[in-house]
Amino acid sequence: MSDLYERLKAYEGHPAAVSARGKDPVNTAMIRHWCEAVGDTHPAHAGEDAVAPPAMLQAWTLAGLGGGQAGRSAALGELFALLDAAGFTAVVATDCEQEYFRPLRPGDVVTYDSVIESVSPCKATKLGAGHFITTRTEVRTAGVSALAATHRFRILRYAPAARAAGRRPKPVVGRDNAGFWAGVARRELLAQRCDDCRELRFPWLPGCGGCGSPRWTEARVSGAGTVYSYVVVHHPPAPGFEPPYVVALVELAEGVRMLGNVTGVEPGGVHIGMRVRVEFQRPDGEQELPFFRPVGPADDGRVRA
Amino acid sequence: MKPGDELPPLSVPVTRTLIVAGAIASRDYQDVHHDPEAARAKGAPDIFMNIVTTNGLVGRYVTDHFGSGAVLRKMAIRLGAPNYPGDVMVLTGTITSVCADGDGEDGNEADGSPALVDVAIVGTNRLGRHVSGTVTVSLAGKAS
Repeated sequence: MSDLYERLKAYEGHPAAVSARGKDPVNTAMIRHWCEAVGDTHPAHAGEDAVAPPAMLQAWTLAGLGGGQAGRSAALGELFALLDAAGFTAVVATDCEQEYFRPLRPGDVVTYDSVIESVSPCKATKLGAGHFITTRTEVRTAGVSALAATHRFRILRYAPAARAAGRRPKPVVGRDNAGFWAGVARRELLAQRCDDCRELRFPWLPGCGGCGSPRWTEARVSGAGTVYSYVVVHHPPAPGFEPPYVVALVELAEGVRMLGNVTGVEPGGVHIGMRVRVEFQRPDGEQELPFFRPVGPADDGRVRA
Repeated sequence: MKPGDELPPLSVPVTRTLIVAGAIASRDYQDVHHDPEAARAKGAPDIFMNIVTTNGLVGRYVTDHFGSGAVLRKMAIRLGAPNYPGDVMVLTGTITSVCADGDGEDGNEADGSPALVDVAIVGTNRLGRHVSGTVTVSLAGKAS
């Protein structure tokens, strides 16, 4: 067991809130706002004898924008501080189990006691590595000892996957490929054609790979092609790229192959053989870069406008 | 009504308005439920629905189906793929048990006691399963 986990686990069984009190008594305005938000038109939640929708239980116990939750225990604060210090700064709720024993009515003052039930070992999740924290809360109303509801809640405190800061790197332009990038700046896609054996080639090179001739002429290609192969990049983070994204090897109609990002489609919607066409974009608002966008019959309906 | 019966599905368009209204109505000011930049900084592509709103939609789905006599007794939900703006969540439900309130036996039409109905629910979006869980609802005198 890691040293950190040992310290986190020590908080199991400690109180998360003691005799805490909801910020507002149960009231018809908050009930109405809730019902409007989720579209709940049940007649029990409107009119003079309205009761609160059971599923909005947490609205009566959350601290809201003002923070400063009265009754929150020192133990919970310490647990969260340990997690923050270890980089587990982000939070997402994963499970909610509630049982409702009697309705909450306007005027009821909600009180609650909560205990830290469990802290999980560090788990790898899609969001990043983190610990699941489970609390169990008993909800009552002031002056009544019988339970109104119970509430078990599980959150994940996780370290957000790192995102590289900064701008997309610029293409490396040299003597051998300057013509290609000059074409891109004019929104033209250029390959090279050997003056001797007439072979079309890409990427740009000073000599022909077929016959060795150093003589060549620029040859404009249409930009239409099909995905020959591709990868979906999730990791590592790179400046200016928003994962997941697709890097495809596109076979152009003229026969040469070119690398580029595929745009306008979810990564899962890309497939080998997909018809694409070049599209010039300025991702940083500066330099034109060639991308490939699916064309033709919207493959499996996942193509974005 | 019997175990195996299915509730008609409910499609819920996941708008920014729904996500923000649900978060604020539940007093949940976590920035990932209203601030896209903050959500991206925490590894999400956009804002996403909070669990309390999902809980409310699931509860409403079940009580809408059973009508004005229906009262939520128990809800247990687990979240999977987030609900992001522009998506549509489709809720489906299957009745898993029907019994008279309190006695744990199969519902008896004649005794008039309220029925307790368990419904297994699933809500899916384009990313997969957003929510799964079980809702227990009591129905006044509707055991049949």
